[in-house]
Amino acid sequence: MNICIKNGRLIDPANQRDGVHNIYIANGRIQSIGRSPNGFVAKQTIDASGKLVMPGFVDLGASLREPGYEQKASIKSETRAAVAGGYTAVCCLPNTKPILDTPAVVQLILDKAELAGFAKVLPLGALTVGLNGDTLSEMYALKKAGCVAVSQAPNNNLTSQTLRRALQYASSHDLLVVLKPEDVSIKDNGCVHDGAMSSKLGLAGIPASAETVAIAQIIQLAAETQARVHLTGISAAKSVAMLARAKFENIAISADVHAYQLHLTELDVGTFDANYHTSPPLRTFEDRDALRAAVAQSIISVSSGHQPHEEAAKQAPFPSTEAGISSLETVLPLMLRLVDEGLLDMNQLVERLSLAPATTLGLDMGSLAKGSLANICIVDPDAVWQLTAKTWRSRGQNTPFFGQQMKGQVTHTLVEGRIVFKK
Amino acid sequence: MSSSKHPASTSFKAPDSSSLQLNDQGKLRHFLTTDGLSKQVLTEIMDVAESFSGVAEQAVKKVPLLRGKTIANLFFENSTRTRTTFDLAAKRLSADVINLNIATSATTKGESILDTIRNLEAMQVDMFIVRHADSGAAHFIARHVAPHISVINAGDGRHAHPTQAMLDMFTIRRVKKDFKRLKVAIIGDILHSRVARSQIHALNTLGVREVRVIAPKTLLPSDTDSLGVHVYGDLKTGLDDVDVVIMLRLQRERMGAALLPSEHEYFECFGLTEERLSYAKPDVCVMHPGPINRGVEMDAAVADGPNSVILQQVTNGIATRMAVMALTLGHYATGKSS
Amino acid sequence: MGKTLTSVDIDATIKAMGVDLAGLLAQREITQPLMIGVHTGGLWVAQKMHQALGLSKPLGEIDISFYRDDFTRIGLNPQVKPSQIPVSIEGEDIVLVDDVLYTGRTVRAALNEIFDYGRPNSVTLVVLVDRSGRELPLQADVIGLKLDLSPQKQVKLTGPAPLALETNRN
Repeated sequence: MNICIKNGRLIDPANQRDGVHNIYIANGRIQSIGRSPNGFVAKQTIDASGKLVMPGFVDLGASLREPGYEQKASIKSETRAAVAGGYTAVCCLPNTKPILDTPAVVQLILDKAELAGFAKVLPLGALTVGLNGDTLSEMYALKKAGCVAVSQAPNNNLTSQTLRRALQYASSHDLLVVLKPEDVSIKDNGCVHDGAMSSKLGLAGIPASAETVAIAQIIQLAAETQARVHLTGISAAKSVAMLARAKFENIAISADVHAYQLHLTELDVGTFDANYHTSPPLRTFEDRDALRAAVAQSIISVSSGHQPHEEAAKQAPFPSTEAGISSLETVLPLMLRLVDEGLLDMNQLVERLSLAPATTLGLDMGSLAKGSLANICIVDPDAVWQLTAKTWRSRGQNTPFFGQQMKGQVTHTLVEGRIVFKK
Repeated sequence: MSSSKHPASTSFKAPDSSSLQLNDQGKLRHFLTTDGLSKQVLTEIMDVAESFSGVAEQAVKKVPLLRGKTIANLFFENSTRTRTTFDLAAKRLSADVINLNIATSATTKGESILDTIRNLEAMQVDMFIVRHADSGAAHFIARHVAPHISVINAGDGRHAHPTQAMLDMFTIRRVKKDFKRLKVAIIGDILHSRVARSQIHALNTLGVREVRVIAPKTLLPSDTDSLGVHVYGDLKTGLDDVDVVIMLRLQRERMGAALLPSEHEYFECFGLTEERLSYAKPDVCVMHPGPINRGVEMDAAVADGPNSVILQQVTNGIATRMAVMALTLGHYATGKSS
Repeated sequence: MGKTLTSVDIDATIKAMGVDLAGLLAQREITQPLMIGVHTGGLWVAQKMHQALGLSKPLGEIDISFYRDDFTRIGLNPQVKPSQIPVSIEGEDIVLVDDVLYTGRTVRAALNEIFDYGRPNSVTLVVLVDRSGRELPLQADVIGLKLDLSPQKQVKLTGPAPLALETNRN
């Protein structure tokens, strides 16, 4: 269908464009920017006056829960939530059931995503069979079946030797390796940041070293094997310092922070509020500020950390609840708060949410250039809405922002030229 | 949600539980933690405990105050001692008691805590006394019970053991009379101790001069001073001029987790002997929540010596628990008396 | 603020009660009564009477807070005074002393508490003020003064020195 989006402020850092231009879309691609192509007749015109037109966001790691955990969510429900949040592509973590370690499961997921017809799903193949940390998975087969990268997340059960070999093998197939940096023995049975809050509440704490020790290991191995590695969901100030240094030394390591980690801290756990039980844990104000600065300085990109849960998963004493926030639909308003506070400008917001992740994955996304696939979200940055069961699309209602007022909302999302979401 | 600007002061202030524990009239409805309760509430508990002490000493050990009320002991963690004291306290108030050891029943088969609670509510239970291995368990249950029901925390994970703290405060008040001038030292595994946390909050609320903790580094929680204590690493300096010593129990599992080399080394560094006791004031009183590991936390001479008030703690335990039950079950006042 | 009944001479009233009580006890052939005062006002009255009559057995005191019937309605009053009965109740002739007999519920609670201690031989009830408004079938044996008050009015004994009767609107 021929679509014209007119009068919107185009924000396209990939092509250094920020201004009011029309976009002309046909056959799933952007045909022209600014001037209407010859003979173009728009079947549908979207008036984006006063709105922002951005390349659709790309998420580096979300739990879609299907196959295997359908009581929590499904590919359909979560890809629908994704487009409502401005995401046109979402990486699916390999911790499905069965694990994402065979082409059959890859195909299943791709088929379900296509059937749902919302955001594109980019499968992350398991780094090891069953995520068991022992046997390498058939990464070539997984790549061929459609995996954009491989990952051991959210597990961390690799010995140093196995990790080193897995990185070597993955890089031999030019595959990015996505890892969650966490030293399992230090983490132990901790469930909150190890600090004043954990001491007061008597909850087992996870010190920052659980993350930094793992990052140190990964950085050394990545450098030695020359593999491309991406760390998902960092939480500590010290981690930022290590990543900045690695970047300076030209080691191919990137990282992202979950958007909510830029706002929440350990204090929010309050008196055992399980909505704030996350992995990695919410840490201190100092950590939060360092993560914000890292985002502003383009050291790290921003992901959702999306973990939808059924109600029962959070209905237990804090240590026995499952960690995770259903977050795809709140990334945009949370990032816009940072723009309002002057930490980022709008171009940086778009860059952190779409271009940077797309570049990390080596995909042709996150750009509004002529000829590229029309993956676009249109945003009303001033729209105020209430987060309620009515406005929420994810099957998981486990978000601490429930009932709160949000500012900034997606009005339209297009995936490969089709309008898949309209407010 | 955290505001984007954090407080300039370095002192740590986190939200407290008083809104959950007190009803609209400011009366104690649940007793989950000493943290956040006012000096007035804590004093009230001790005053009522004082009057119940009299009951225990009388020929008639029972009063009909809670007749017709049903109290459920919900113990998800095994404990004969604590459960027996609560059982006795409830019976001395003429309440009916149900004892449930959940460790061996429905929850292992997968029944959620909420379902267990709801089943018991349907059986007209008026009060839950909860002991659980998870910190925050009593809070969780308190948030989900019907408005007329009270929850008492009999120990949740490492977080709180408020009735133990109150019987300790009651004992200190009986022996020392005035909290104001007291220096209190808590010795042992602070990191894992719910008793210590509850005692620290109560002591600070009651206005003691100083609360000290003395422990090996591996058994101290992070940011220990944010709890409102001074940290000491050895007995000699830590016990200097101290009025009250509270010893905590050392559990065997700590050796297995590489937190301490042995009980022997612990006793060498932190065990209370008569000689070490002399670092404190001559009239120092020695307390222990029990059960004591003789030769680990203290030697027999101290445990059985003239400074020890450990047996008094046990006696006071029943009166204190009676007080907490009577105060909380009376919260759901329906009207004025004629 | 309450209004003091200045017309009442409390000391004189208590003296007269003592005389009445002595006569009643003689009639019943009770020579060694055990006097028990109900906290707080009843105990003040009992102290005066116990001294005036020169009773040999020590004065007992009870606080009925744990025996009240309105726990679910008003909760627990934290200021509970100790109940002390110096002698065993078994077979004793009790003289129960209270300040105001109104609905009868306090006396009911006091009787329950006494019976929890043992089985008395008899109980004689002495009250300073008997006011209208009984809700239970209980009457006093010795009465200081009778007052007919509307339900909105409250009468209270203040003390311990000087003792005075105060009336209040509820």
